[in-house]
Amino acid sequence: MTDLLYCEVEEELRASVRALLRDRVDLSRVEGPEPVDLKLWRTLAADLGCAGLPVAEEDGGAGATWRETAVVMEELGRAVAPVPFLGSAVLATAALPAGDPLLAELASGARSAALAVPMSTGPASTGNGPRWTVSACDGRLDGEVTTVADALTAHVLLVPTAEGLFAVEGTAAVRAAVVSFDLTRPLADLAFRGAPGRLVAGDAGPLVARALVTGAALLASEQLGIAEWCLETTVEYVKTRRQFARQIGSYQAVKHRLADLWVSITQARAVARYAADCLATDDPDLPVAASLAQAFCSPVAVRAAEECVQLHGGIGFTWEHPAHWRLKRARANATALGSATRHRALLAELVNLPA
Amino acid sequence: MSTADLAREFLTGHDPATMEPLEFLRARFDAGLAWVQYPPGLGGLGLPRAEQPAVDQVFADAGAPDNNPRRIGIGLGMAAPTILRHGTDEQRRRWLRPLWTGEEVWCQLFSEPGAGSDLAGLATRAVRDGDDWVVDGQKVWTSMAHEARWAILVVRTDPAVPKHQGLTYFVLDMTAPGVEVRPLRQLTGEAEFNEVFLSGVRIPDTDRLGAAGEGWAVAQTTLMNERVSIGGRAVPREGGMIGIVADLWRERPELRSPGLHDALLRLWVDAEAARLTGVRLRQQLAAGQPGPAGSASKLLFARLNQEISALELDLLGEEGLRHDGWTMRRPSIVDFAGRTAGYRYLRAKGNSIEGGTSEILRNIVAERVLGLPQEQRADKDVAWKDLPK
Repeated sequence: MTDLLYCEVEEELRASVRALLRDRVDLSRVEGPEPVDLKLWRTLAADLGCAGLPVAEEDGGAGATWRETAVVMEELGRAVAPVPFLGSAVLATAALPAGDPLLAELASGARSAALAVPMSTGPASTGNGPRWTVSACDGRLDGEVTTVADALTAHVLLVPTAEGLFAVEGTAAVRAAVVSFDLTRPLADLAFRGAPGRLVAGDAGPLVARALVTGAALLASEQLGIAEWCLETTVEYVKTRRQFARQIGSYQAVKHRLADLWVSITQARAVARYAADCLATDDPDLPVAASLAQAFCSPVAVRAAEECVQLHGGIGFTWEHPAHWRLKRARANATALGSATRHRALLAELVNLPA
Repeated sequence: MSTADLAREFLTGHDPATMEPLEFLRARFDAGLAWVQYPPGLGGLGLPRAEQPAVDQVFADAGAPDNNPRRIGIGLGMAAPTILRHGTDEQRRRWLRPLWTGEEVWCQLFSEPGAGSDLAGLATRAVRDGDDWVVDGQKVWTSMAHEARWAILVVRTDPAVPKHQGLTYFVLDMTAPGVEVRPLRQLTGEAEFNEVFLSGVRIPDTDRLGAAGEGWAVAQTTLMNERVSIGGRAVPREGGMIGIVADLWRERPELRSPGLHDALLRLWVDAEAARLTGVRLRQQLAAGQPGPAGSASKLLFARLNQEISALELDLLGEEGLRHDGWTMRRPSIVDFAGRTAGYRYLRAKGNSIEGGTSEILRNIVAERVLGLPQEQRADKDVAWKDLPK
């Protein structure tokens, strides 16, 4: 039976992650030379143990499930924390086969990794997998991958090629920082020029496919967290802001939009929990759940961030107000791991509603 | 002994194959197996509501007669919880048993031509006369009034106080002199509802529920139960109106176009999200975390039904121009699936009006869930008789 609620352990995890992020996230750093907060990442990944939640204990993990990871994603979205969680603790971790030695290092937070695919790559339709832009010959890799998430600071890059999935030291690749639409999750263009790699598995396809569907399912929880922050922040604002000698939240033109947003977020929570639960229980409905989550939650998060900017009026349009960080993260996420349009096309196949 | 065992034990002494259905239902009520959450003596055993489905299953498996719950939904869902909460012992004993067995159908006399969203502004008057009250006024949107034996009724007993304070709640005998029921034909051509005219109708004071002037608080019990019963049903994927359109899409490739494909998928996603929201809501209720998400369900399903039925008409094209008939009928249940796409489109227009308009539900969500300030109101602290009308 699908469980769409949060259990007590999950709520405790949420509380400790939220407290950490409240104290430590400082978005002024993202315009500086080191946008990614590696100190915060170590606390989150190693001290709180958030990187290894879904990893089995024999692989050095916590032996929890992706459900707990989804709760961490909600909180990271809420705070738009500049840490390489999606790249390392979700995509790279999901791509690695059980027993791979790197898994324990990622789970403990000792090292971080990124999956070398463009950020916009989503789960593929049947028989239509992505074509890799890097090739391998005798364990040496050549080629380029653009707009890779969390690659700038990664110790290891997981690189799919036609010859298999390779683990390459981050320093062995040429990494060019991209001026990213979402500064809180900076992207990098990667170039491999005869870079040495360790063969992780001979067939990259299924591992990357698993990573992408895992990422899609969990990114919905990040979008949920963003949307919740936007709604709560906006509700507080319209209760205090007065125009025409009234709180602007007393106008139906304002309150009805927020009521509709609340309804949508209530739905997004059910959909995101369903995707996380399907991941945790290895439910055969996972492909549907993941695409449903992306197709539903991304538009809700983007709308929440857009409403947050609009209903804050002038202050919402400033750099000083933190709304724009959520707008940019939500909007970038809407392209990441397959757009809503792409996921609807996937659903059309999965539930037999052909074009 | 589990409640299911109690039901099985009951069946050993009461054979549904040989007993009169009504006698069987009365015996089931008297055994406390009607609604186990009700008190002993009133059809229940004082057990948690969650125990009831197991009992119903035992009776269904045994092929026992049921009380046709869809026909008596207003009695079961609205009148009964209100009588239980606010009635005297004598009132509970008089009304609950025949209500549950379906011997007596109930209807609800709340809305008026001048009091829809603003229910507390209603104008039907009741004046005390000895041991009776004399009622004059008009009610509207009353389903089942033409079959009902009893009605739950809210009237104004004191016009000189602010509107919420001058209301009183009664149970009305629909066979009393002065009660006139007329069908109200709606834009679908049929009449699910009625207008009810009350002219000098006498109600004994013993049929009052709650104190005079406390009618608004009593009505809240009824309305809360109405919203719980809407959208509270478990459905499988594609179990609602989206399934009709999805099947049409699969069976009729010649109707497909790229624009309609994207529209269909968007609605499929919305419908599945709404379904999962319902699943989560029921899990919250079962876990004892009653949330405010119930108000969301009705808003959602109103919009979804309207958009999906409109898409179905787009998909059908020329066929959608043919209808199955405009004959005036008086159906006792709404049959969305059994008629044309045009009927679904038209009937769904009522979904955002009946049981609280979508605009009022948004106010409720905004004010009670999000804590936003109320609209500025002209009718607070003013006697009802002095309000502009």
